[in-house]
Amino acid sequence: MPEQPVILITGASKGIGRAIYEHYLAAGWNVIGCSRSEIDESAKNQSHYSVDITDEVAVREMFSLIRKEFGRLDVLVNNAGIAAMNHSLLMPLSTARNVMDTNFTGTFLLSREAAKLMQKRKFGRIINFSTVAVPFHLEGEAVYAASKAAVEELTRILACEFAHLGITVNAIGPTPINTDLIRGVPQEKIQALINRQAIKRPGKFEDIFNLIDFLVKPESDFITGQVIYLGGVS
Amino acid sequence: MIFDDVMKVVLESVAELNLQLDASQQLELTPNTQLFGRGSRLDSLGLVNLIVLVEEKAADTFGKSVTIADERAMSQKSSPFRTVRTLSEYLFGLLKEV
Repeated sequence: MPEQPVILITGASKGIGRAIYEHYLAAGWNVIGCSRSEIDESAKNQSHYSVDITDEVAVREMFSLIRKEFGRLDVLVNNAGIAAMNHSLLMPLSTARNVMDTNFTGTFLLSREAAKLMQKRKFGRIINFSTVAVPFHLEGEAVYAASKAAVEELTRILACEFAHLGITVNAIGPTPINTDLIRGVPQEKIQALINRQAIKRPGKFEDIFNLIDFLVKPESDFITGQVIYLGGVS
Repeated sequence: MIFDDVMKVVLESVAELNLQLDASQQLELTPNTQLFGRGSRLDSLGLVNLIVLVEEKAADTFGKSVTIADERAMSQKSSPFRTVRTLSEYLFGLLKEV
């Protein structure tokens, strides 16, 4: 079993997930990425799985391989997510189902399997991703925000169910960060969102690293079931 | 794969679980040992731990990944988690389907 902690990050091939992946790689952790697509990496202390996070069999096989290779899992970052920004009257049902499947069902499935591995050492940190679209009740994001509201409630209840296993479960609600997820959103809409924050600037990857670094600390074992928005959103 | 192999996996999982339990909670390694319901020494957390161990050991032994606590198991009138034998029978059926 490795001495350095093991972290699994979903959606690690691009955007925030890729940035978190590289942050913990640089910190010397054993970093495992997972995404639907391949990732090009050559550094040590890493592995990557191409997995659809809504595929139960594939996810279970990934955890079986992680258990055999590392024997432990300290942190799961449920970053993988998709957005579909449409007025509800124009939202295809297949898209709505796809958003719920990836954002909610994927987070549930990964959390369930991760907790089975984490509970062996009575230590674990699960970090989910919500969005400021939930407290802002953003028009055009009904399905996306609803899927993330489901993630928030999942976070609170898993925190209760996993507490006696030494596992904390929290969620981060980032403000807009310049990634593929919001590539199609007009700049003036992004600025309007930023103007609703207490601190009126775009989010940075470092804001997210800082919060995850805090939540994964052993000393943060009394913090669970929390949804923490960045930028002073509440 | 024969039924006895599957029963062996379940019994080995019970033995591994026993290592985590106080002496008063430890289970006998027999087919009729109660796992769930009245007469079982296991609390709900102990049963969850056992199911996780059985799933892992089944995957390692037979190379097949199954979810024991599936919808069928949870909806059956007579729980497959009652005894070592009933759990082994349920697992045997799942493994044959994969």
